[in-house]
Amino acid sequence: MLGKTAGGLFWMFRGLERAENTARLIEAGFRIALTRSMDPASDWRSIIVTAAQKPGFDAKHSEYTSQNVSDYLLRDPTNPSSVLSVIKAARDNARLVRTALTTEVWVAVNETWMALTEMLREPISEAELPATLEAIRHQSALVRGAMHGTMLRNDCYNFCRLGTFIERADSTARIIDVKYHALLPSPSLVGSKLDNVQWEMILRSVSAHQSYRHAVEEDFNAVGIAQFLLLDGRFPRSLAFCARGITANLAALCESEGEHSDSLSAAWAFQSRLQDRDIGSIFEDGLHEFISQTIIDVADIGARIEQQYRFIS
Amino acid sequence: MTTTDGFFDEMCRADGVRPPYDRYQKWFEAQDVARLAQKTKEAERFFRRTGITFNVYGQDDAEERLIPFDLVPRILSGQEWNLLSRGVEQRVRAVNAFLHDIYNRQEILRAGIVPVSLIAQNDAFLPQMIDFAPPGGVYTHIVGTDIVRTGENEFFVLEDNARTPSGVSYMLENRETMLQMFPQLFSQIKVQRVSDYPKNLRASLEASAPPNCEGRPFVVVLTPGIHNSAYYEHSFLADQMGVELVEGHDLRIIDGRIKVRTTRGYRTVDVIYRRVDDAFLDPLSFNPQSLLGVPGIMDIYRAGNITIANAPGTGVADDKAIYSYMPDIVEFYTGEKAILKNVETYRCSEPDSLKYVLDNLGDLVVKEVHGSGGYGMLVGPAASKAEIATFREKLQANPSNYIAQPTLSLSTVPIFTESGLAPRHVDLRPFALVSPKEVNITPGGLTRVALTEGSLVVNSSQGGGTKDTWVLES
Repeated sequence: MLGKTAGGLFWMFRGLERAENTARLIEAGFRIALTRSMDPASDWRSIIVTAAQKPGFDAKHSEYTSQNVSDYLLRDPTNPSSVLSVIKAARDNARLVRTALTTEVWVAVNETWMALTEMLREPISEAELPATLEAIRHQSALVRGAMHGTMLRNDCYNFCRLGTFIERADSTARIIDVKYHALLPSPSLVGSKLDNVQWEMILRSVSAHQSYRHAVEEDFNAVGIAQFLLLDGRFPRSLAFCARGITANLAALCESEGEHSDSLSAAWAFQSRLQDRDIGSIFEDGLHEFISQTIIDVADIGARIEQQYRFIS
Repeated sequence: MTTTDGFFDEMCRADGVRPPYDRYQKWFEAQDVARLAQKTKEAERFFRRTGITFNVYGQDDAEERLIPFDLVPRILSGQEWNLLSRGVEQRVRAVNAFLHDIYNRQEILRAGIVPVSLIAQNDAFLPQMIDFAPPGGVYTHIVGTDIVRTGENEFFVLEDNARTPSGVSYMLENRETMLQMFPQLFSQIKVQRVSDYPKNLRASLEASAPPNCEGRPFVVVLTPGIHNSAYYEHSFLADQMGVELVEGHDLRIIDGRIKVRTTRGYRTVDVIYRRVDDAFLDPLSFNPQSLLGVPGIMDIYRAGNITIANAPGTGVADDKAIYSYMPDIVEFYTGEKAILKNVETYRCSEPDSLKYVLDNLGDLVVKEVHGSGGYGMLVGPAASKAEIATFREKLQANPSNYIAQPTLSLSTVPIFTESGLAPRHVDLRPFALVSPKEVNITPGGLTRVALTEGSLVVNSSQGGGTKDTWVLES
């Protein structure tokens, strides 16, 4: 397949994943702000920080309100990571790689773009926010379903999955990192009620709170949650799961292309770094250091994929 | 010109329905109008969801429009089609022979049939093509001939689109839509298939591969990109043929061959179905500013290492000034009279004609020689006094840039409106595929329809719509 096409598929699915992650993040913030907060501005601020959007947001707004934050993250056309922007980019990529998509996937992306453009035409009120966020997740699931149900398991599929897993790994890592550092004022608060609420928010922002209850016997706590999000290979948004997904899809590409793969070696290294760890030793060495390295590793794998498969000339 | 009275109605005659529409008419009368109106909305939604759109130039970058689709088919009998397709084939063969001749021996110029000045001063004539014959001798591999009808057996060619005709995706999608909306119709009425077009296009392109091609020819579609007005069609055709859709920057020259950048490295391309204009094809030979093409591709082409479809320089043949000589051109190369007539054409470069045109502007259609898409033309009977005056000045300033034709009594076919059927003017663009082996014409083509009552302008860029075109199995 063409390098350009591989790149288009990769970025299309990164965009869709990003839109979904942003929606989950806002959902978590919204819920926390509604249910308990004495200081909603700081909750909304943390959402912006987690989404890595602080400079852009501050340039535009002076107050961290639900209206400002959701507007910036959902529908600001000047924010290249807003849901509206990434969905538009994903749809442009889909047009570019139309020949590599089944009609069902293409129609799902096109409809997603049409529906969300319409939905995000006007500012979203608090009352409409839950339905809007649900629609974003729903549309994203629709595209994913069409992809799983109709696409050949060939290299096109592998590049779609790589886009999803790279974006998701990056997003999960950032959420853990920012929450852990920006939200905990001092180590003495670890284990306090505040700490647990923050951790629950982390779980919610990756839609893991339900799964956690089923999969982990302990109540919400820092170690249990970190273990779950970093190392539990059963949870589809954990780093371990994403790492396995990246490796598997790169291995499949390698098999069909029959050549040594630079990116696969990097992916293997990343995966084994997660496999051989227990959460205790990660905490001992420093969670932040571990996560920072993870973000670098994931970006490096992405860059290697881009180069190896000639996304650009 | 606000009435369709007195025009040939393809469906209805004073004494009843014309035979090709017999069965359809019976079916239609049994339908519930409200339900049909619902179907029109369904079709629109289907087109929108599927992204069957075209981009409008000069509008907001992101604007993609639907071409309105009318659910009443335009129906041609098998006999009518036989006449049309024979006429198109004859014309297409003549066009290819003409192109070969003017880029090589130029016998038609020496015979004085076409004036030398018309070639020498023609922007579409490319000196780079002189003394060169493309692989298999084919210049125009894909032709869309615009045809109008004025009477029972009266067909006229309006223009020969020999460079990069578009619209074939609408022909195919319109049929798909009709099959989905009215499956029962197709079991009652036997309509010839159009769905073989992509397969035939690929076969035709492969058969035109250059002599240096090894193994199965590797075909690509070259598009200017997603902002081009016909991008949907480019991706659709690549998809339907199962070939790669590429842009100029995906291609480069390595070891004297055109290569495409794949995830496994560079792979040789044998045939390029290009939907990029000549001027943008090779910045080294043509427009140096262009980023849409491949620098140096003309050298590779002349070395016989790539087939470009349609060949560069093909536009000479669909120039509107050349058009006026087509009956002579057909006769010169085929030795037969042209089966399809030309519309009488006044070349404004000729003083007598210019005078006539200036005296009769209100009755004529005046077109730019190189214009297309319904831009830059004057429809006299529909124009205001001020428009006519402005056009008169343009015409006097540069007469050789214009031709004029009488306004034709274009036939009508009914469209569906909420109050029932209403006649509207139509034209027809059948698509011909030319390979060194054969000419293949898909039965039917794209029927474009003026949606405004009385209007003669059918171009989609001017608000026209389309219909499915049926050729009955006889």
